[in-house]
Amino acid sequence: MTKKQKVMLWRILIATVLLLGLQSLGAQAFEQMGPAGRWVRLGLYLADYLIIGYDILRKAFKGICNRRVFDENFLMAVATLGALALAIYENGEYLEVIAVMLFYQIGEWFQSYAVGKSRRNISDLMDIRPDYANVEQDGTLEKVDPDEVEIGSVIVVQPGEKIPIDGVILSGTSTLNTAALTGESLPREAQTGDEVISGCINMTGVLKIRTTKEFGESTVSKILDLVENASSRKSKSEDFISRFARIYTPAVCYAALALAILPPLMRMFGMGLAPEWGSWIYRALTFLVASCPCALVISIPLTFFAGIGGASKAGVLVKGSNYLETLSQTRIVVFDKTGTLTQGVFEVDAIHHSKISDEQLVEYAALAESASSHPISKSLQRAYGKEIDRSRVSDIQEISGNGIIAKVDGLEIAVGNDKLMDRLGVSYLPCHSVGTIIHMAIDGEYAGHIVIADVVKPHSKEAIQRLKAAGIRKSVMLTGDAKKVADQVAVSLGLDQAFSELLPADKVEKVEQLLREKSDREKLAFVGDGINDAPVLSRADIGIAMGAMGSDAAIEAADIVLMDDDPLQIPKAIKISRKCLGIVYQNIVMSIAIKLACLILVAFGMANMWLAVFADVGVMILAILNAIRALQVQHL
Amino acid sequence: MKKTYKIEVDCANCANLMETAARKTAGVASATVNFMTQKMIVEFEEGQQAADVMENVRKACKKVEPDCEIFL
Repeated sequence: MTKKQKVMLWRILIATVLLLGLQSLGAQAFEQMGPAGRWVRLGLYLADYLIIGYDILRKAFKGICNRRVFDENFLMAVATLGALALAIYENGEYLEVIAVMLFYQIGEWFQSYAVGKSRRNISDLMDIRPDYANVEQDGTLEKVDPDEVEIGSVIVVQPGEKIPIDGVILSGTSTLNTAALTGESLPREAQTGDEVISGCINMTGVLKIRTTKEFGESTVSKILDLVENASSRKSKSEDFISRFARIYTPAVCYAALALAILPPLMRMFGMGLAPEWGSWIYRALTFLVASCPCALVISIPLTFFAGIGGASKAGVLVKGSNYLETLSQTRIVVFDKTGTLTQGVFEVDAIHHSKISDEQLVEYAALAESASSHPISKSLQRAYGKEIDRSRVSDIQEISGNGIIAKVDGLEIAVGNDKLMDRLGVSYLPCHSVGTIIHMAIDGEYAGHIVIADVVKPHSKEAIQRLKAAGIRKSVMLTGDAKKVADQVAVSLGLDQAFSELLPADKVEKVEQLLREKSDREKLAFVGDGINDAPVLSRADIGIAMGAMGSDAAIEAADIVLMDDDPLQIPKAIKISRKCLGIVYQNIVMSIAIKLACLILVAFGMANMWLAVFADVGVMILAILNAIRALQVQHL
Repeated sequence: MKKTYKIEVDCANCANLMETAARKTAGVASATVNFMTQKMIVEFEEGQQAADVMENVRKACKKVEPDCEIFL
């Protein structure tokens, strides 16, 4: 509780006790005091009224001075002062006047408490900001502010501590808990030479890290910055509410004025009845209390804030409320293939027609390719799995675009594609498998081929199915890869459409074409890994970058960043956005409906001030409680 | 030039009013009030002194919402 809230709580308590005391005494107690009794009673009630409402009166007065009339303070002040005037005139019931002010203040207090509390809850969820970094100086560790650590410094992270700054491990092995960043509970192994990102918690061993970035540029700062600024980009729903409030408040004030003046005048001149000014003014005042737009104005941004907070807990960073809104309307999802649906890491898939043992073939291939850093060479070396003895290899000759010829253990090994075989005049067997085919020839003799394929991520298929279950009308894959490979992946994953052999510029064109084909209400999302597809990410209605831990380009270009590279995060993100927007609409409809119903009841004289206070404060509390539900996203 | 200021404001509607007031202040190119994080992000027009402009922004905000505070 803040100091302000504490003071308010005391004022509420004192006013309540005084009110209860005065009520239990009753009006008779004062009548015994003779004619002065009436004024003593008024004085006591007035004191109670001022205890609970002086700040409202002050604000209303200042508002009028600044020519800002129609705010809620003004509404409350006019309504209660009006009711007070009626009560003094009739020497009647003061209870209502004070009770209305009291409930209003309780509601305000609850609102400020609930909002403050949920703000803190959400901030705690995102509590990944490291407080210090350990820098080694003359053999002793010193805790310093992460901001002061320069690039290239060596920091020490002990078990249980957060890694404060992005860097490379110089020594030590450990397991890292990335849950705060990715929502993924499975720990990650880290060893010497690995790049680590800030925000992970070091669980087991001591790590010495050479920093590669400043704190301000580190992953953790970027994420915090992104999430904190997210609610600054306002969604259409929020804009709608702001505009609504701007028109609504003056409108209800004029409606209340009309309610106070027109019916009595009509009764007097039109129907020849008694005007009953008191009753109509009371109705108008009740109308004013009921009309306060707070429930809407507070709950919509709170819902988005809770939704964004919940999403970031699940490893989905949303850059703004507007993106959450767009995401919920997504009907078409366009995927990049490599790195998004597939691992982007090539693996040996099959070995065909081998004249020697498969292991031997891979060994020769790995040795021949040992000097190359091409992804395919890397995958061959990985498949071999053992230390490569470079001394067995000599006379390496790289033929660009064809392959490599090298001497291994005295044998001439040729590793490459069809062109290389043609060039050497070796007859080869074509392959029916999908993937990159590496032919091998030993001493000019065909020795079989190795099929290397990009492996589909284990959850890709399930992710597509879930997207379809979530109402995605069309799923499309774009890739620069060969048609055969693309079609095979598309079919196996159950994608609706696949466009292959595209250059980066073609991808933008394809997305533009898809954007033209769809209707305006449907939104198109593009999911990529942030490498080479920044233009497409920004061209789509909504760009989702995945597996973006530590990749600045992706964080910059995308509207939504998935910290994990698991494609199941995509349907999850969509469901989170739908839940959040669902709550937003519930709150808009519920608040407006209850408000209108109460306003109508009040206008026809079927409701009193109590119902009006419920329409104001009760609806607001319900809307806040509903908004906080957006935080719960674990089971989506 | 863009700067972020910490603010204190109690109600969301008042935050909206502050935002409108800040936007209308001379020298401010754009302003956003984030009620949830209690921050005001102001983008100043070229060649404006942030401190002077913010003094006016604060005055304008106090006018629409006497209870608010901007920490300069």
